[in-house]
Amino acid sequence: MKYCVGIDLGSTTTKAVVLGEDGRVLGRGITNSRSNYEIACGVAVSEALISARFGLLEEALEREHVDADRRHAQLEGLERGFREQQYRGDLGELRRVMEGYLAAGDYGAEERKAVDETLAVMLEESARLYGEGSSRKSDFFRDLAGSRYLDLVGAFARERGLSYDKLVGLYDKAILDVENTEADQGSFAARIRAALTVLPEPDAALTRAIERATAVELAKAGSVGTGYGRATLPFAKEEIRSEILCHGLGAHAMFPGTRTVLDIGGQDTKAIQVDENGIVTSFQMNDRCAAGCGRYLGYIADEMNMGLHELGPMACESKRPVKINSTCTVFAGAELRERLSLGEKREDILAGLHRAIILRAMSLLARSGGVHDEFTFTGGVAKNPAATGALATLIEENYGRRTLNISPDSIYTGALGAAMFARREWSRKEPVGAA
Amino acid sequence: MTPKTRDAATAQKDDSQLRQKEMIAAHYSRLARTHETGERSVYTFVPGNLTELIRNFDLLPVLPEINALQSAMRGKSKEYIAAAEREGHSEDVCTYVKCDVGMKRAGNVGPTGERLPDPDLLLLSYTGCFTFMKWFEILKREYDCPVTMLHVPYQGEGEITKSMRDYVVEQIKKKVIPALEKASGKKYDEDKLKEQLRRSAQAEDDLVAVLESAKHKPSPIDAYFGGVYYIGPIFTAFRGTQDAVDYYRLLRAETEEAVRAGRGPITPSGELKEEKYRLVVEGPPNWTNFRQFWEMFVDEGAVCVASTYTKVGGVYDAGFRHDPDRPLESLAEYCLGCYTNLNLPSRVEMLERYVREYQADGLLINSIKSCNSFSAGQLMILREIEERTGVPGGFVESDLVDPRYFSGANIKNRLESYFQMIEQKRQGVTA
Repeated sequence: MKYCVGIDLGSTTTKAVVLGEDGRVLGRGITNSRSNYEIACGVAVSEALISARFGLLEEALEREHVDADRRHAQLEGLERGFREQQYRGDLGELRRVMEGYLAAGDYGAEERKAVDETLAVMLEESARLYGEGSSRKSDFFRDLAGSRYLDLVGAFARERGLSYDKLVGLYDKAILDVENTEADQGSFAARIRAALTVLPEPDAALTRAIERATAVELAKAGSVGTGYGRATLPFAKEEIRSEILCHGLGAHAMFPGTRTVLDIGGQDTKAIQVDENGIVTSFQMNDRCAAGCGRYLGYIADEMNMGLHELGPMACESKRPVKINSTCTVFAGAELRERLSLGEKREDILAGLHRAIILRAMSLLARSGGVHDEFTFTGGVAKNPAATGALATLIEENYGRRTLNISPDSIYTGALGAAMFARREWSRKEPVGAA
Repeated sequence: MTPKTRDAATAQKDDSQLRQKEMIAAHYSRLARTHETGERSVYTFVPGNLTELIRNFDLLPVLPEINALQSAMRGKSKEYIAAAEREGHSEDVCTYVKCDVGMKRAGNVGPTGERLPDPDLLLLSYTGCFTFMKWFEILKREYDCPVTMLHVPYQGEGEITKSMRDYVVEQIKKKVIPALEKASGKKYDEDKLKEQLRRSAQAEDDLVAVLESAKHKPSPIDAYFGGVYYIGPIFTAFRGTQDAVDYYRLLRAETEEAVRAGRGPITPSGELKEEKYRLVVEGPPNWTNFRQFWEMFVDEGAVCVASTYTKVGGVYDAGFRHDPDRPLESLAEYCLGCYTNLNLPSRVEMLERYVREYQADGLLINSIKSCNSFSAGQLMILREIEERTGVPGGFVESDLVDPRYFSGANIKNRLESYFQMIEQKRQGVTA
């Protein structure tokens, strides 16, 4: 089975979308961007292919006439098992790297023991982490393992009088190595089989479906890279597209009525106008200053000691939003602390900060040619309810009623557009195969 | 330019460049020797410059804008701007001004490494830029020398009326000429001026032929990045001189040869072999990263076939010529007609004409952060051109001489997106 892949290498996350020969989305994958772009791309693509395999598996189950409820339960269980296997594999790699540092560096026996015990606990907990009904704060190993590691070594450090900073430093070094090492990507079959063994009631139909889904050969027919890091991607020039074009086309594919697209990513904001075919007709983006982009929210979350995904819901509770003047990330941090010290409510300040970001985006939208119906909001910030709320209000105030489209997969918009370009390129070269 | 591509034709191309370089260097060293020769200098601005009149009195023109951009190209503007900011000039002030102030602090050393003379007169041709007035106000204090202001009325209605022209002529007669006589100790010589203007018109004919050669496909010149070299002599100290006549004759011959040979423009990376995009460009270039900026176009096969920046020192391709039979009147019309003195509708008309006549694929605006007189209204211009011509507009932002405003990655991103947008539009691809 041939596929085309689009990769969007953003400043924060790297996304991949895999399209089948017929143009259908087979799978999507995401990982955190890291210093080694090539590996970030590799991980995102392999994640997309894993999700494609799960898609194939679902089809295979359908063919086995497994009813929908059971199918979903089985897939859900398998996926948790699969992710646990992945997590344990990564933990093994983390241990290997850490042991290397522990042996080479000036770590005492007590420190080595603490790390050893920490990793053992983490391994033991993996079943619970991916158990039925569990939820995880992040999909990225770095975050999942990191937060647990810090808790555990923190406790050891206190109990045993060890240097917490030193143990944290060890993790920081090791996780970089783990992330920047080519992971074992070819083990879908092995992991899914391992996951199968822990399912409470494996059955013959499921086993057959798994065999069928893993046997499909997935062959890459084309790829296109986009995003902030596209120039450094290991791609030929003709396999690189600007993220503006990719977001335009991706938004058009998700919502064919789209005429205006706003994308707020980690470090840039783009306002794009597209025609009825998804072709970009005009665009504006922020200049050398990244004020008011996604990173701004990340910084605010750190300042408030909150998770990034907690900001929006808290801001939505605001009854009296505070007027925040600055979209400069650094100044906003200062303004935030000042407001807090004046006794303003956190939700009111956060609501003001979200509005400030959107006001900046409104200016870009205006300069790009306004907001036309339909309007599609993409990028990581589109998942934030306070940002989308402020956007909807300001658009209605300035332009009147507009249909506001936000896809749950909005973070993949650029990668989807890139994959579509890849597929077009492929069908141009091999018109028969792509009929 | 690069030795490996140096065949007979590129060597010829080098001739005019070499010639131009020599002319400018000779002028700067002449300026540096004024304390020995006793020659005197007049500082003035490019838009609305009265070069022939200044040289009529054997005075030497100095153009602070040119010094600033040359400083930027030599990588000096950053420290000059920092020096001016230390004195209290704000970050938002025109960076030409700050660069000039900083250069003065560093000993007024010009682009060739030689010291520039203090002015004997500041001739303020006020042509569409309010900052010019403030700039010479600062220099007046620096040098303690007289300022003569030539007030050139803005073409608010999009035309030059008789009363506007009379007003400028009156000022030239009653204010500018007496001031120049006083600064030089010489009398005004109208016969000499007529000769000068005859030479001006001759050079202008050749310049127009060079600029219009870009109507050919492929264009033999880059009318923006290459264009700034071509306009150099005529915009600065040489209009009306035999040097300028010779230079433009040579340049024109080279260009015509390039057209015959079907050659593309010579760029920093050699000859552009494949012309993929033809652009009209509005706004001045960035000088601190001039080559890097140009190469972003070259990398994508983009040629600038017409630009408005090359009209700030005179809109010759619209038909204007200095006229020896109407010397002062034509000088007045020259000042009134400069690009910086045009209102928005006239600028739109010019750009629309360029897009059509040069068969451009798009209009690109380089919006200058610290230049309000250029940048105000540019997005409206962009939309208007898109509407009238159907070609897509592109928009990048940088600055004249402040390197802090040049974000290479951002500009490259926008440019690449823009070129891909043109390409996509051209193909009219549908899913």
